[in-house]
Amino acid sequence: MTELVSTTPGLYPLPDWAKQELSDLKGHQKHDLISGTEGADIVSAYDRAREEVVSEQTDAGLDRVVEGQLRWDDMLAHPLTVHENVETGGIVRYYDNNNFYRDPQVRGELTFSGDVAAELDATADLLGDESLQAVLPGPYSLSDLATDEHYGDEADFLDAVSEFLAGEVDAFPDHETLFLLEPSLVFSPPGEDVDERVPEAISAVSDATDADVVVHTYWGALDEKVYAHLMDADVDAIGFDFVAGDRDQTLYNVNEYGTKDDIALGLVDGQNTLVEDPETVRERVEWTLDNIQSQTFDTAYVTSNTELFYLPENRATEKLAALAAATEDELEVEA
Amino acid sequence: MSRDAENREQFRPENHDNEHFLLTTVVGSYPKPKWLNRANDLAEDPDSKFTQEHLHEAHDDACRVITHEHERSGLDTVVDGEMRREEMVEYFAHRIPGYEFNGPVKVWGHNYFDKPSVVGEVEYDEPWLVDEFEFTSDVASKPVKVPITGPYTLASWSFNEHYDSEADLAYALADLVNEEIEKLVEAGATYIQIDEPALATTPDDHAIVGECLERIVAGISDEVRIGLHVCYGDYSRIYPELNDYPIDEFDVELCNGGYEQIDVFTDPEFEPDLALGVLDVHTTEVETVEEIKENIKQGLKVVPPEKLTVSPDCGVKLLPREVAYQKMENMVQAAREVEAELDAGEIDLDAPVPQAD
Repeated sequence: MTELVSTTPGLYPLPDWAKQELSDLKGHQKHDLISGTEGADIVSAYDRAREEVVSEQTDAGLDRVVEGQLRWDDMLAHPLTVHENVETGGIVRYYDNNNFYRDPQVRGELTFSGDVAAELDATADLLGDESLQAVLPGPYSLSDLATDEHYGDEADFLDAVSEFLAGEVDAFPDHETLFLLEPSLVFSPPGEDVDERVPEAISAVSDATDADVVVHTYWGALDEKVYAHLMDADVDAIGFDFVAGDRDQTLYNVNEYGTKDDIALGLVDGQNTLVEDPETVRERVEWTLDNIQSQTFDTAYVTSNTELFYLPENRATEKLAALAAATEDELEVEA
Repeated sequence: MSRDAENREQFRPENHDNEHFLLTTVVGSYPKPKWLNRANDLAEDPDSKFTQEHLHEAHDDACRVITHEHERSGLDTVVDGEMRREEMVEYFAHRIPGYEFNGPVKVWGHNYFDKPSVVGEVEYDEPWLVDEFEFTSDVASKPVKVPITGPYTLASWSFNEHYDSEADLAYALADLVNEEIEKLVEAGATYIQIDEPALATTPDDHAIVGECLERIVAGISDEVRIGLHVCYGDYSRIYPELNDYPIDEFDVELCNGGYEQIDVFTDPEFEPDLALGVLDVHTTEVETVEEIKENIKQGLKVVPPEKLTVSPDCGVKLLPREVAYQKMENMVQAAREVEAELDAGEIDLDAPVPQAD
């Protein structure tokens, strides 16, 4: 008997009015992007935009509500690009997408920042009974997106990023779930020396919270060995991309090595405007759970595979409704 | 297999002074006159009395000005500077049934683009570029080149809701591009450039682009010059495969990288004509004639002079207009001087560029 929990990996598109307003307030160039010390007009615009995307989620009836990460101009690299000991270099491609972010060049110790905690505090204030979900890049992806100019060694840098993230999580307000996004585990998997350190790095972040922790992966299936190592991480669920990925490889990994007691299913396409209807999403949930012969789950998070900022605002909103409706009735799924 | 690149002779000006002829051209986009941006804003303002007809007239005026500006710089083939286009995918998607727009999506920071969605079969309706080609060739005394966003890029930079794969969508769009080129050729076009910047980011799809090009040139006379422009990429990932493309000319951006990649094209032998980027479009510093001549000679490492075209690296629309103009003028002068040196036998074609120490 599996409880279905509708959610998203965060990083929403800005509402169209906010795209315009913030582009007027901030400008279009590299040095105009978010620094962590923005002025009152900009803060106010983001506050209003946050309120809007939070309402959209609660109106849609999603089981977990995210902040939306609307300030994350640099997408998953954001927690570093606003850090005081990080300089931003050139504009570099964001994975395989027609999107770009500022290369975060770490020049000094990754001390506590509190930037993301402040966003979550503001979100928690907007919520009543709804459950808050925190979102962060996982330590491997964040270190993979950054350039280390301080720690000198890939493994030391991973540890430093992981400690930094743990410190950030420690300052978060109460949250029900923490999603750690780890697309780099698929896109640029760790080499031999680092792969066995990844689960420790993830566990260190996970141990900083009492919430349920989901390590979400996307843009393909995990390499078998990377997955085997990831299973050593102290988390409640691993998330898989069943849209863009090689489903057979993912199912093979899960059936061959088992998975955590909970699972996250990336079943709605975060990079295509075609809106799945709730029945389709529900069918995909059932198909996936039917194809995992090895176990049943306490909780299955039903989510888009990727962040949602790739979509125009209207379609992103419609996808929220589809996700919420797909998990709406209490129908129990036979695994 | 490359097409019949002999068709370049038709672009040699009647009064050309040199025996050698390095075809000079541009990639397409050019800075807009400031008043045109104001006209665009006014046309979008519902409270303004400025109508779409007014905007059309403003576009005509801008095209006339920029076409003449191209001619004054001495270019052998000219473009209208793409005055009517704001963005290279949106412009075509608005003209193709099957596309719809849902709003802006982020590229980076607060830079957005109206990434369209393909929600049904893409179809050919009204011609996309024939009117603007006819207008430009009426005002131009030089042959007019027509840049068209390629089907692979049109497919890659859209949301595909309808076709089974991005390749299927690209092939369907390629058939439409073919239809458009037929219409352009009927209207008198002799020089077409297919722009495929998306290939640079996903070079493993070079075979899809090859199949698209086969469809694009089907039934198009060898007299019509077909170029392919691909910018900002690792060219070794698509070379030598591009030798099999049915094109007359391959247009590259290499100046920006200091010609680090030029040797990629020397082995095996480069088959189509080479349209070499000899101006960096990312710096406002105007290259001197001498500097540009050295850049042109880089191209002679790859192809003989009769197969060399010179152009800026890419569209110049992000440069200040006076800088763009000065760069073009210097480029043309450099080409003419290199031609004269070739005529005089002053350039060693076996080693056109002095070796670094």
